[in-house]
Amino acid sequence: MSAVTGAVRGAVTGPGPATAAVPAPGAGRRVAAAPDGGGGVEIRGLVKAFGATRAVDGIDISVPEGSFFALLGPSGCGKTTTLRMVAGLEEPTAGAIHIGGRDVAGTRPYQRPTNTVFQNYALFPHMTIFENVAFGLRRRKVGDVRRQVMEMLELVELTHLAQRKPAQLSGGQQQRIAVVRALVNRPKVLLLDEPLGALDLKLRRQMQLELKRIQTEVGITFIHVTHDQEEAMTMADTIAVMNLGRVEQLGAPVELYENPRTAFVAGFLGQSNLLAARVVARHGDVVELSAEGNRILMPAARLSVPGPDVEVGVRPEKVHLGDLGVAEEGWNRIDGTVVDASFIGVSTQYLVRTRQDEELTVFTQNLSTHLRRVGEQVTLSWRPEHTFGLETGAWERATAAETAS
Amino acid sequence: MSVAAAGVGISSVERTGGPDGPVRGAGPDSAGPVGSRRLTPYFLLLPALLALVVFYVLPTLTLASTSLQTGDLQQGYSITWHWATYGDVLTQYWPQFLRSFAYAAAATLFALLIAYPLAYTIARRAGRWRNVLLALVVAPFFTSFLIRTLAWRQILADQGWVVSIMKSTGLMSVTDWLGLTSGRLLATPVAVVLGLTYNFLPFMTLPLYTSLEKIDPALLQASGDLYANAWQGFWRVTWPLSLPGVVGGTLLTFIPAAGDFVNQQFLGSVSETMTGNVIDSLALTQRDYPSAAAMSLVLMVAIVVLVTVYVRRSGTDELV
Repeated sequence: MSAVTGAVRGAVTGPGPATAAVPAPGAGRRVAAAPDGGGGVEIRGLVKAFGATRAVDGIDISVPEGSFFALLGPSGCGKTTTLRMVAGLEEPTAGAIHIGGRDVAGTRPYQRPTNTVFQNYALFPHMTIFENVAFGLRRRKVGDVRRQVMEMLELVELTHLAQRKPAQLSGGQQQRIAVVRALVNRPKVLLLDEPLGALDLKLRRQMQLELKRIQTEVGITFIHVTHDQEEAMTMADTIAVMNLGRVEQLGAPVELYENPRTAFVAGFLGQSNLLAARVVARHGDVVELSAEGNRILMPAARLSVPGPDVEVGVRPEKVHLGDLGVAEEGWNRIDGTVVDASFIGVSTQYLVRTRQDEELTVFTQNLSTHLRRVGEQVTLSWRPEHTFGLETGAWERATAAETAS
Repeated sequence: MSVAAAGVGISSVERTGGPDGPVRGAGPDSAGPVGSRRLTPYFLLLPALLALVVFYVLPTLTLASTSLQTGDLQQGYSITWHWATYGDVLTQYWPQFLRSFAYAAAATLFALLIAYPLAYTIARRAGRWRNVLLALVVAPFFTSFLIRTLAWRQILADQGWVVSIMKSTGLMSVTDWLGLTSGRLLATPVAVVLGLTYNFLPFMTLPLYTSLEKIDPALLQASGDLYANAWQGFWRVTWPLSLPGVVGGTLLTFIPAAGDFVNQQFLGSVSETMTGNVIDSLALTQRDYPSAAAMSLVLMVAIVVLVTVYVRRSGTDELV
């Protein structure tokens, strides 16, 4: 394995950050191609129209070299189409894709420094595992096929299955073979199209860790398409949340979760409580709002719209549930009545109805055995810095996104 | 045809692991209904087995016994274990056997060359026209086999447009020089092979279509992603995965074509007959039933041997 890793890393250390290698628009392709860039991917104004519908509607993404990047979104959001355009399986209607600083417009899939792991693996059923992995090497007439294939099979600990046919392997094993069949060609970017979609939940968890390990080991860029928010959060360094052909928000998993900038992200990644509110005043970095007559404070940077009418949100696990009238000084607070309590083991999930008949979800860790009963009056409170602000109508959109996730 | 039917029966049994395959899964715990359950597959096989006995086994045995009889129509026939009939028909009619297999092989090859691109197009490129095209492939069956073959007589006739085009373009002189034609198309091997090719084309097309249609298009995309050009993608992925269809289609074409006599009778020359014509004439004109029976059995055995060698060679059981 070390040889492969070395070779790939060698390529990585070459031309420095990928973004620096991206030529100005209009620069000739030859010139751009000259410094054989790494595995950074730059997508600018990418559009793909199928007839009247725009599957991808103008997206800009910059994937740093060597990162694990996830395109996350519900089915039909354009994530797979985007990936297929990077792979060269689909022609963009407009926009540009640069891989390693090189414009790849008009090039065939095999001319790009990418390889793809297909959705249902697309292993060749009539060939042995060895021949499947060797396929790319043989087509390129590369020497030393046997050693390279066996190294790759070692990477996923499947050397003993080299002479089997794909149908004789389990789903997880086929998945790993699909990954190394692509990796053996030493792409600068590995494209994964819902690679874990066909696996059951337990195996999916296991493969998430395995894929992450492989990515760390070979050190190349992975672009991973998925509709599973947990999968994206577990593996990716950066996630682009897509909806209706556009990128809703791009950032690290923690950033997306803690500070969603759109209703869609708030609903698609985890759960959110959202309340209609109105901006009352701004005190420097702090915005003061009024929601249902309660005074809500939040950092100005976490309010994504100017207002005055907005919706304020907070994640269920950030909310503290206390006796009526009891809350930390300086925290945002709302009174309500417990209408439902479900004990889940690690946590208890409460549904609290406010005086304005809004329902808020609260997750509490089961630190004490004291459970709130239905009908009990309580005060909900949370830190101002856990509050985020979105456009009005966010609740409906977030609920729709939650259903889609 | 019966040979092909028997062959298909064998391969399907092999795949499902025998008729008692599913019963094993039930395990010994379900002791009560096991007896009847174990018999269920055989009950289901019964109609097919009966048909096979009545329409295949018994006629074949009758044929075998007839081939060993001597006598004539007036005196009646009796079994005399006269094996010499086999030697006689082989020495007398070996050119007809050879011609049958050569014509059938040529027709099979041409049918494959025509049907493969056709089936590929229907399976891969036809889009919403797929069903219309499939219906067109089967459409000739709505007219009788005889009428369609007779129609070819008209098309290939000496005064027909095909011959006049061939003559005016000079193509006829080339085929004449090659010995394929003799100033005309009718009554030549070309016409017979053409008729066979035409008549059995749907039997080649449909199995090919079925196996091509089953190939996941993502496999070709994957081969493209893994540096295979269009030709390599075809040769390394599509072709091997379509082999079951190729084997099925060639068997369904070759076997009936080798035994056919209608195409030769309508389109061929009297001097270049096939096995089928000889059997036809022996049984219905000369009333030499033992020789006709011996010919039939020889043809059948020869086909079984050829098919067995072919299927073994093509190694389709290794696929999937």
